[in-house]
Amino acid sequence: MIESLKALLPGGRVLTRDVYLAAYESDGLTAFRTKPRAVVLPETGEEVIKVVHWCHQHGVPFVARGSGTSLSGGSLPVEEGIVITLNRLNRILEVDPVNRVAIVEPGVINLDVSRAAESHGLYFAPDPSSQTICTIGGNVAFNSGGAHCLKYGMTANHVLGMKAVLATGEVVEFGGRSREQVGPDFTGLFCGSEGLFGVGLEFTLRLLPKAECFHTVLAGYRSLEEAGNAVGAVIDSGLLPGALEIMDALAIEAAEAAVSCGYPAGAEAVLIVELEGPTEKVAVERAQLDEILEKTRSFEKRVAADSVERMTIWKGRKSAFSAVGRLSPDFIVQDGVVPRTRLGEALRRIGEMSEETGFRVANVFHAGDGNLHPLILYDGRREGSLEGAEALAGRILEMCVEMGGSITGEHGVGMEKRDYLPGMFSDYDIEVMKRVRAAFDPKEVANPGKMFPGPEAPSLSRSGLHPLEEAGVISRE
Amino acid sequence: MTEKPSSAEEVAEVVRAHARISAVGGRTKPALVGEGKELGLSGLTGITDYEASEYTFTARAGTTIREVEEVLKAKRQYLPFDPLFAESGATLGGTVASGACGPGRFRFGGLRDFFIGVQFVDGAGELVRSGGKVVKNAAGFDLPKFLVGSMGRFGVMTELSFKVFPAPFETVNLSVICPDHVSAVERLAEVASSRWEADALEYDPSEKTILLRLGGPGEALDQICEEIEGRWAGEVEQFRGITGWRDLREARWAQGAFLVKVPITLSRVSQLAGWVDGCGGAVRCWCSSGGNVAWFSFGRNELDAVDEMLKGHSMAGLTIRGSDSNGPWLGERKENAILGAVKEALDPGNRFPGI
Repeated sequence: MIESLKALLPGGRVLTRDVYLAAYESDGLTAFRTKPRAVVLPETGEEVIKVVHWCHQHGVPFVARGSGTSLSGGSLPVEEGIVITLNRLNRILEVDPVNRVAIVEPGVINLDVSRAAESHGLYFAPDPSSQTICTIGGNVAFNSGGAHCLKYGMTANHVLGMKAVLATGEVVEFGGRSREQVGPDFTGLFCGSEGLFGVGLEFTLRLLPKAECFHTVLAGYRSLEEAGNAVGAVIDSGLLPGALEIMDALAIEAAEAAVSCGYPAGAEAVLIVELEGPTEKVAVERAQLDEILEKTRSFEKRVAADSVERMTIWKGRKSAFSAVGRLSPDFIVQDGVVPRTRLGEALRRIGEMSEETGFRVANVFHAGDGNLHPLILYDGRREGSLEGAEALAGRILEMCVEMGGSITGEHGVGMEKRDYLPGMFSDYDIEVMKRVRAAFDPKEVANPGKMFPGPEAPSLSRSGLHPLEEAGVISRE
Repeated sequence: MTEKPSSAEEVAEVVRAHARISAVGGRTKPALVGEGKELGLSGLTGITDYEASEYTFTARAGTTIREVEEVLKAKRQYLPFDPLFAESGATLGGTVASGACGPGRFRFGGLRDFFIGVQFVDGAGELVRSGGKVVKNAAGFDLPKFLVGSMGRFGVMTELSFKVFPAPFETVNLSVICPDHVSAVERLAEVASSRWEADALEYDPSEKTILLRLGGPGEALDQICEEIEGRWAGEVEQFRGITGWRDLREARWAQGAFLVKVPITLSRVSQLAGWVDGCGGAVRCWCSSGGNVAWFSFGRNELDAVDEMLKGHSMAGLTIRGSDSNGPWLGERKENAILGAVKEALDPGNRFPGI
């Protein structure tokens, strides 16, 4: 049967030898591995359509994949299925400065969109920490976030239209260049569908004008609670910062060791606040922010004097995840969300769970939107260590749901959190989602086994960082 | 007789009791009400959860926009997309179902960017939840987004959660008179990509005038205004008060029997405005949200001409007001099989009006 697939993609673009398949066994969630039957490398949308038709016709499951940075195991292959790699569909088809949109293929790297738009004073707002390597197709499929979601929303908010091949082989166009539309929003529904509907072939992305001016402040606190209170004070003041981030002592220690970011010594927590906008506005808001932070109990405050200093502050934050790899051979990262006003309570409870179970937990989080990122440190070489860490991760997710939050803010459910979906939704809610899925994919060939609770996951404990992480190319956020 | 349930469970009961049923809120967008028994949601009201520090609230579907805005205002917050027809009694559910936003959509986005969670009754008469109540959430399919603009054809929304933002400390309004439509488009593009951060950016083609709203701290706004006034010297004027924006949100400029929403791009604005000029006053047009929406108002006699024009440009229009036996759609619609398949998934008994 694979022979007929090879006929669709001539020139050795259907990989079946073990040595090639090994590179696609895993994604950013390294605890899971599955060897696919074949990996295909299409170069055009037409070829992807042919491959999806072939899968639908033969009932062969497929997983579309970009750079494989998913932290929820979203691009984990399906046994006996094929992987459709989209990295060669990496053309930026158009940057339209008048209507402020870009039209791109799924394999385009996130940051390349902003680079292409830069000369027009525009940029693409979603900025997951892996933005130097992750692709737009994956960002759309998992509705990726980043550090600026409170103000600017997630990936779905920046996708206006798309062309896609659905799992049935139907080729559709949803939305368009307008920021508005009439009729139900299929583009919005497709975003975050975790590859269960089909494969996006072209995306129309919303571009925003770059802010004229940034004001980035780093404040050190003697306790996590004080940093959390400062966030509350900023929010309640009526300011709308572009970013509000907190790191705890363990995360600071890791970042310091990795990139020497020079954060205040002895801090139990650091808070990063960034204001942005026209110079005149930022000047006024800056004074307001100073006043607010003055009243919080920060023992040291630094203001980035220029873009270099701003980048240094952000470097510590953005490297935190891979840096934690220095403290521990392995770690799991979760991305549950709690109502922002309950952040302090959530962190206290995570601390208690950490002490109780003996697993160290580093915390880095998007404080403005309540999006936690507990990094649970474990040693995969030790018997039962992965299972223990997973159990702790599960308890944290249950806590997020109990507090009225979500099991995932930006990584998606994927393989990793599928058993926790019923914590958030009733059996009937999930049944309805499955009916919607069946409308797009009656044969369940598109990324089966993800999002919905299913049989035992193909978990194989593995130790160490992802090879790309070791190389400093990707980081987990 | 209109059924008037006052709880989500009662809505589900009413849905189960009727083979064909159509939800109705404040009747401010009557063209969208479909065939079948009318299910009035004006008894299903009230804000159930509002924590200003969370930037979110949850309310029942029949709650009026007016009530929501008053409650938010007390905490200096707002729905930045300026929901339409608030003074006329529009409800949250109807607003989402229509998918129509006002001038404030320009800066931070529209309904799809602020509507984060929903409970609705599906065609099987069962209650379903999707999305969540926190500002950031990626769990499960994003049915809230799908329901924006879904016109009640897939389910009856009973409870909705929204993200909100802090209201600007002050606002300033500017009008820019343009020599012609082409230069108006150039100016709209310039403002949209500028450092100025306009909150609203509208164009009235009949007056060849751009309306701009800036929000933020007063002293900063003064300086930005001065720069804009210098940019198009003699053509920029400040206007005080919010009456103009209120009138826009009620579409008071639209005197014709029909009011139609057409998603467009800025590049189309001068062409469309030119076509409207050629209609000699029989068709009025208003370009909203930085040239992303064209609203058309006209009488029945012009219906075919507008429909033809939209078809000629491969554009789709949705009638919000004005009754026509062919339903609310005008112009060209993209047909695809998935629309029917999702309709079947959410409304298996075909209880709700056809899409």
